[in-house]
Amino acid sequence: MKPLKKLVDWIDYRFPIIDTIKEHATEYYAPKNFNFWYFFGGLALLALGIMILSGIFLAMSYKPDAQLAFGAVEYIMRDVQGGWLLRYIHSTGASMFFVVVYLHMFRGMMYGSYKEPRELLWVIGCVIYLALMAEAFMGYLLPWGQMSFWGAQVITNLFSTVPFIGSDLAILIRGDFVISEATLNRFFALHIAAIPLILVGIIFVHIVALHRVGSNNPDGIEIKKHKDANGHPLDGIPFHPYYTVKDSMGAVAFLFIFCAIIFFAPDMGGYFLEDNNFVPANPMKTPEHIAPVWYFTPYYAILRAVPPMFGSQFPGVVAMGIGNVIFFLLPWLDRGKVKSIRYRGPIYKVFLTLFVISFLGLGWLGTLPATPVYTWIARVLSIIYFAFFILMPWYTKIDKCKPEPDRVTFH
Amino acid sequence: MNAIKKLWMLALFLCIPALAVASGAGHLDKAPVDLKDSASLQRGAKFFIANCLACHGASYMRYNRLKDLGMTDEEIKPLLPEGSKPGSTMQAGMDAGSAKLAFGVGPPDLSVIARARGQDWLYTYLRSFYVDSKRPSGANNVVFPGVGMPNVFAPLQGEQELHVENHEGHETKKLVLTKPGSMKPAEFDATIGDLTSFLVYLGDPSKLVRPRIGYIVLGFLFILFLLTYALKKEMWKDIH
Repeated sequence: MKPLKKLVDWIDYRFPIIDTIKEHATEYYAPKNFNFWYFFGGLALLALGIMILSGIFLAMSYKPDAQLAFGAVEYIMRDVQGGWLLRYIHSTGASMFFVVVYLHMFRGMMYGSYKEPRELLWVIGCVIYLALMAEAFMGYLLPWGQMSFWGAQVITNLFSTVPFIGSDLAILIRGDFVISEATLNRFFALHIAAIPLILVGIIFVHIVALHRVGSNNPDGIEIKKHKDANGHPLDGIPFHPYYTVKDSMGAVAFLFIFCAIIFFAPDMGGYFLEDNNFVPANPMKTPEHIAPVWYFTPYYAILRAVPPMFGSQFPGVVAMGIGNVIFFLLPWLDRGKVKSIRYRGPIYKVFLTLFVISFLGLGWLGTLPATPVYTWIARVLSIIYFAFFILMPWYTKIDKCKPEPDRVTFH
Repeated sequence: MNAIKKLWMLALFLCIPALAVASGAGHLDKAPVDLKDSASLQRGAKFFIANCLACHGASYMRYNRLKDLGMTDEEIKPLLPEGSKPGSTMQAGMDAGSAKLAFGVGPPDLSVIARARGQDWLYTYLRSFYVDSKRPSGANNVVFPGVGMPNVFAPLQGEQELHVENHEGHETKKLVLTKPGSMKPAEFDATIGDLTSFLVYLGDPSKLVRPRIGYIVLGFLFILFLLTYALKKEMWKDIH
C-alpha cells in the first residue's frame, strides 16, 4: 500500500484528486429515497459512453462517400471482424439513448425537478436534448439508404420554408441544392466530431450544475433543510458507495434489455432500423412513405398536423420548433407550490396524463402515412400537447396541493 | 416483491418502442424460413448462384462465406463462375447496362433485399408471376404489379393465369396453374422456401451466430445482475 499512497500523494499535490472524489462521490450526498425513475440519468451517461466507443470503431471502417457509404456499412456488417456487433450496438444505442432520455425528462416533469433552484440544470438538460436530436439526425444520414436520404431531404427542406432567407439557409445546411455528397461529408464531420464534443461539454456542465444544487427526489422536498451535526443532510446518503452500487445494478438490467435487442431483434420490427433504409439512396426515386425514426415522430406528427397557411408550410415548421423548445420554459410556466406529483392536486395529474397520451399518440401517428382521419387526430393531440404548457400557469395556480412532508418518505 | 415489480417496470418502459407492432403488408404467404436448417440454406444458395446471379448481383457477399452454411471449400469451388476466386463477391453475370436495356430497369442487387422487402413478401412475390400479354416480358406479378423481371420460374412452376372473381363488389384475385412445369406445386414452393431462407441469411449473415452469442451474453448479464442486486441489498442494509 505504501507506494500507492505515495503515488496518490504525488498526484494530489499537483491535482485535487482527493478533494474531487470527496466532493463528487464519497461526500456528495444524494437523497436516500430515489426510486425507479432515478436510474435514467446515469443510464443516459452509459448510453453516451456506449455510443462514443462503438462510434469510434465504426468510423474506422466507414466511408463518407456517396458512392461507397452504403457499401461501407455492409462491409462493416460482413467483412469487419465483429463489425455487425459494433453496428448493432450503435444503431440500437441511438434508440435506447432516446428511450432513457425521454424517461429522464419525464421524471423531471413528474417530480418538478425543474423548479427552483434547479431551473438552470433543467435548461442545460434541454440544450443536451436539442444537441442529441441534431446528433441523431446527422448520424441517420450516414448509412445512405433511402430513408437516410429522403428523411434528411424532408428535414432540410423545412428550413427552406423560413421567409426571405429560407432557400439560402437550406443550401447552407446541405452545401448543395439537394442532399448530396457535400451534405454527407459535412454531416459526418458534425456527427463524429463537432456535436459529440458539444454534447460531452454540456453534459459535464449539467452534472456540475446538478452537484451544485443537489438532486431533487420523488417527494420534491429539499433534504438540505435538515442536517446533522457534521452538516450532512439527514435524508442524504453518500453517492459512493450507495448509488454507485445501486446504479450498477440498474446498468446491468439496462444492458440486459439492450443486448436482448442487439442479439435477437436489432431491427425492432422496423422501428430501430427501417426496412426502406436497406435500399441504397436514390435521388431519382422518392419513397411512397417517408417517416423519421420513432424518436422524432411526435414532432413530425405536429409538423404534418398544422395546415399550410398563405401557401407556406412555415407555420407547421414553427409549431414543430416550438413543440421542441417549449420544455425550456417549464420552470417559469409552473406556478405550483409543490414540486412532486405526489403532493400535486388532481388538475395537474390530469394534464400530465393527457400530455403523455398526446406525446405517445403523436409519436405513433408520426410513423403512419397521413390520412385525413389521422391528421385530425394529430391536430387534437397537438392542441393537447401545447395546452399542457400554455395553460400551465393557470392550472398549476388554481390546483389544490396537498401538504408536503417534512422529511422524505422511505420504506 | 418490490424488486421484481421494479424490474418489470424497467423492462416495460425500455420496450415501449416494441409495443407498437409493425403493420402487415396485406395478403402475403408465410415464408417457411428456418435458419437452423443448413441443408435448406445450402439448397437455396445453390439455386441462387445457378439462377439469380445470371442477372442480379449480391455484391456484398463473398463466395467463401458459404462456409457459414456448412459448405466446404471443395463444395464451394465448383459454384464459382469463371475468373472468380473463393474470396470474390457475387457479381451479376449480365452487365448492368445491357440488363437495363433488356428489362427497362436494372435488376437490383440482392445482398440486403430480404431486409428491405421482408421474407414473406419475397416468398409470395417469387411464386406470384402470371401470364400477361400486355407486359413486354409477357409476365406480371400480383405482389409487384408492372414488375420488370420476366417470369424465369415458368419452366419450373409452369404458367399461371390471373382469375379475378367478383363477389358482390368484392374482388378476389386468384392464380390458377394452367400449364404445369417440371416441378410439382409443393416441390416448387419448397424450392422457393429454400431460396427465401438463403436470401434472409444473405441479408444479415450475423443471424446465424447472433442467437448463440446472445444467450451467452444474456446469461452472463443475468448472473451479474444477481450479484449486483445482492451487493446493493448488502450495502443498503444500514439505510433506514
